Amino acid sequence: MSMMQGFQMDLISEHRLAEMAPVEKVRFIIDEVREGKILVLEKGLSPAEEASLIEMTMTLIEPDGFSGIEMESYPAEVDTSIFGRLLKKNTIKSRLTVIGPADQLKTLRKDRNMISALISTHK
Amino acid sequence: MGVIKKIRRNFADLFKKVFKKQNARIGIYGPPNAGKTTLANRILRDWTGDAMGSVSHIAHETRRARRREGVTIKANGGSITLDIIDTPGLATKIDFHEFMEQGMDENESKRRAKEATEGVIEAVKWLDNLDGVILVMDATEDPFTQVNVTVIGNMEARNLPLLIAANKVDLPNASASTIRDAFPQHPMVSISALEGKNIDTLYEEIAKRFG
Repeated sequence: MSMMQGFQMDLISEHRLAEMAPVEKVRFIIDEVREGKILVLEKGLSPAEEASLIEMTMTLIEPDGFSGIEMESYPAEVDTSIFGRLLKKNTIKSRLTVIGPADQLKTLRKDRNMISALISTHK
Repeated sequence: MGVIKKIRRNFADLFKKVFKKQNARIGIYGPPNAGKTTLANRILRDWTGDAMGSVSHIAHETRRARRREGVTIKANGGSITLDIIDTPGLATKIDFHEFMEQGMDENESKRRAKEATEGVIEAVKWLDNLDGVILVMDATEDPFTQVNVTVIGNMEARNLPLLIAANKVDLPNASASTIRDAFPQHPMVSISALEGKNIDTLYEEIAKRFG
């Protein structure tokens, strides 16, 4: 019987990520993606965590090695409750996010509520 | 210099430092090749007479953030003085092979890629030090890029003003309405930074949003 070829896709629950500190989340995602995994995050990352992830990705890019990530998240929703307005701080509700190696995951189309992506088994 | 004169001068300096209103710092953000430096050059040429930096059709031409302090823009019957920061294009991936495809040799491409990664880090770090953002989007491209989503999310989380410049509307396949529909919660001005189209409307919005 031939070995099944493909890629690994991990679907990460909101609960799993909520247990991690922001820096742990970023490290976890980077490590998994560098191993070639595609991650689907049920809740996504906060905008600040997304920025940290981009920053750390840049520090790890190497010629002929890791070339970065493909990340696609739906636009966040802003909770403009009275409480939030009183504190003059917005609560951002992040949404589902797909992250993978840039050389294997390619976004085909994206709109406010739909992400269409192509996953390649060949680098 | 007499002691009293010296004390008076030191006191005046201290007074200036304590009470001088700092200009609002406005970052020009966007993906590579959206036209950020072209816009920064347009603003500076219109209001100061010089330019911010060189532009190129090859991505990541701007690889270091550049700040120009004290740019006074006159609009809506008043004036506003800003510090303008032109940031390197944000990206989640950088592959030196793409520069080689544009005709650069391997060493030059690798150097540009390395500098581009540093530029992205610098642009991300600037997000913590701004009072507002002009997000430049290429109106011929899909507006839902991750860079746009991340920048908008960061400004919304900080409750800081954001103005979208839908750039390159001089091109036939541009669709500013697609950008407006994608992010209806933020003000948007369709412009051509290259040709100067609608640039006065942009200045009016800058004065309104960041004044």
